[in-house]
Amino acid sequence: MTILGQLALWLALLVAVWGSVVGIIGGVQGRAELMQSARRTAYALLGIISVASACLLVALLRHDFNVQYVWSYTSSNLPTPYVISAFYGGQSGSLLFWALILAIFAAAAQWLTPKRYDYLMPYVAAVTSMVTLFFVAVVLFASNPFERLPFTPPDGNGLNPQLQNPGMVIHPPMLYLGYVSITVPFAFAVAALITRRLDTGWLHAIRRWTIVSWVFLSIGITLGMWWAYVELGWGGYWAWDPVENASFLPWLTMTAFLHSVMIQEKRGMLKKWNMILIVMSFMLAIFGTFITRSGIISSVHSFAQSSVGYFFLVFLIVSAVALTWLLWTRFPYLTAESQLESMVSREASFLFNNLLLVGMSFSVLWGTMFPILSELVRGTQVTVGPPFFNQVNIPIGLALLALTGIGPLIAWRKASPRNLKRQFASPVVLALVVGAALYAFGLRDFYAGVAFVLGAFVLVTVAQEFVRGVGARHRLHGENYALAFARLVGRNRRRYGGYIVHIGVVIYFVGFAGAAFKKEMEASLKPGESVTMRSAFGYEYIFTHVGISQYEQLNRFVSAASVDVSRGDERLGVMTSEKRQYWDSFRQPTFQPATEAAIRSGLREDVYIVFAGSVDGTEEAVYRFTLNPLVWWIWYGGVVLVIGAVVTMWPGGGPTRASLRRAMVGYQVKLVDEAVAADGG
Amino acid sequence: MRASSKFAMGAVLITVSVGYLMASGIKDTGVYFVTPAELAERVQTDAAFRDVGVRMGARVVTGSIERDVASQTITFEVTDGVQTYPVVYRGLAPDTFTDDADVVVEGRLMADGTFRATTLLAKCGSRYEAEPTA
Repeated sequence: MTILGQLALWLALLVAVWGSVVGIIGGVQGRAELMQSARRTAYALLGIISVASACLLVALLRHDFNVQYVWSYTSSNLPTPYVISAFYGGQSGSLLFWALILAIFAAAAQWLTPKRYDYLMPYVAAVTSMVTLFFVAVVLFASNPFERLPFTPPDGNGLNPQLQNPGMVIHPPMLYLGYVSITVPFAFAVAALITRRLDTGWLHAIRRWTIVSWVFLSIGITLGMWWAYVELGWGGYWAWDPVENASFLPWLTMTAFLHSVMIQEKRGMLKKWNMILIVMSFMLAIFGTFITRSGIISSVHSFAQSSVGYFFLVFLIVSAVALTWLLWTRFPYLTAESQLESMVSREASFLFNNLLLVGMSFSVLWGTMFPILSELVRGTQVTVGPPFFNQVNIPIGLALLALTGIGPLIAWRKASPRNLKRQFASPVVLALVVGAALYAFGLRDFYAGVAFVLGAFVLVTVAQEFVRGVGARHRLHGENYALAFARLVGRNRRRYGGYIVHIGVVIYFVGFAGAAFKKEMEASLKPGESVTMRSAFGYEYIFTHVGISQYEQLNRFVSAASVDVSRGDERLGVMTSEKRQYWDSFRQPTFQPATEAAIRSGLREDVYIVFAGSVDGTEEAVYRFTLNPLVWWIWYGGVVLVIGAVVTMWPGGGPTRASLRRAMVGYQVKLVDEAVAADGG
Repeated sequence: MRASSKFAMGAVLITVSVGYLMASGIKDTGVYFVTPAELAERVQTDAAFRDVGVRMGARVVTGSIERDVASQTITFEVTDGVQTYPVVYRGLAPDTFTDDADVVVEGRLMADGTFRATTLLAKCGSRYEAEPTA
């Protein structure tokens, strides 16, 4: 099987070279047969890389421990879902997985893109082939999952217990889907640059792709937070670890891109900026993979150091040079068609949103790289931790939250005082009411208070839009409210889907603000002893240590400590936190013991209990109790955000030919109107 | 004033505030990251360096970990092969904190030569990969 996998990789390498070369040559010389051939390589690569991936999967499922990769990451007593997840659990497998997803997206881009963009497709195929080429080369020459051992060990090493969690089965693929799918809009951007066909055509072609990769990134990041929260046992979900930051960076630039393309579509502005953003997003995605893979910055996520880092570094430098050249030579073709007319306009608010997002990503990049930079410049490493990132990002994040409310409602070009009053009077008033109410209830944390007030502001703006839209349909078409709502959203999916995404963002912010009210306490308790804790909501929790039990389970030995939990007079039940020692099939302990936190979740707050160990083998246990307010809002925010994004990109509902013609006529009438108005004024 | 120059002013304002936030953030929260050998050298040349909190990256000396669970205090030694420091840490250690693990301790060096840590981070030596046992 490994021989077949190996052969498939070599074949993929050759095909990828072919695709890169003929895509460019065919496109430049306009030779149809070469262009066709380049496009077909996308499908061929998908087939070949699937074969290679299947080979690895078969080796894993067959427990072929003669294959080093299988030996390193699995064992014969590992549950099957985790055997499958070991495909991307280790370095070389994860790189092959990257290539596989890329092949899927590249083929899908060729398959799904409408015929009218055919002029871009050979170059798109060339770019995706080049990126595939890079990953296949890394897999073949630096980190090969098909390498065999000189002997066959009786059992494998097993998978790190912290990765034995359902969240870990889906978190990496989601994040990879996000990272990798940025390649598609990036490839279209490069194709547009090469062809000099820089009208809005390529933007229309990638609309859905951009949202697809943004959604996967969002899901991947959120699942990563969830995994860290339930599995790592430190009571938090985000630590500003370099690898977390690496996933956040392209998310920020993609978010900026999603917004700024609207300005280009509507007003023909920001053309250079958009190109830079998409190129940056792609580079940051590769950079993120580089950080994860190279171990250049120490992080809990990084894999063992290897030559893989150098491959990435070379690839990053080469693409940076090539892309800079390409952008530089095409800049003259990217001139704005209109000018910013007023600071109080949608364009300006989107521009500020972009500046803030890019500023945020710059600060995160800076903080992540600071140990290296300071060592280069001053000879001593200076590290910055979560306080730095929080100090910088909380104010920027809140400013962005404010713009989330302003941007979608403020008028294009120049907002009149009437427009401002009509759109923002009630949101501002209601947000202030919310703020006053929270203050009256005793909320004193400044940032959290601002987050809640701005969140309320955004929610009211969105609610107002829905109410007005539904009301208008009800009056004009006589539809009942439910139908009016369905049609309103169904016929303006981008707009109302976007609003739903914004609601999701507000819910995230509420969850983040909850962190300001986290309470934590450590205690060593004998059976029957208890401690009390007061939560931010004013509840009195009583934790009573029940006892410790020890037993065997599946592939591990478990010490479980139980706590009886009461809130005020109400008994909530027994919560059990575990320490697990995993073993291999010879019952030899593998890895360090892992902690399973006991979590009782609620809309208001989570009770989070970690059993840290027993005192000298007695039943006296050391615990950490954490009260985490509003954490669940983050996961709910994620769900709402995904629903909104799915609405925006739901297929069909695009303009039919007739509606397009009507819209064109309408637009012309509008243009004439505006011209007349301008003449008159 | 034209809108574009007003916008430029806004952009400059944002850039300056982000820059300010970053600079002050680094000033307030930046911590020297040293190896035990570097720490020894710095303390020797500049005694005031003791009072500066540092993060020290090193490896746990095998067999040196002593846990007093009742007082939740852990004492252990860290080394980079050149310099060894005893460390005292009060709190819960992460699962990955074991013999020979790579750790990062944050705190300060006391006059008696022990390092009093306020945080203890341990990277699994294997970084999610099991180290070859052979």
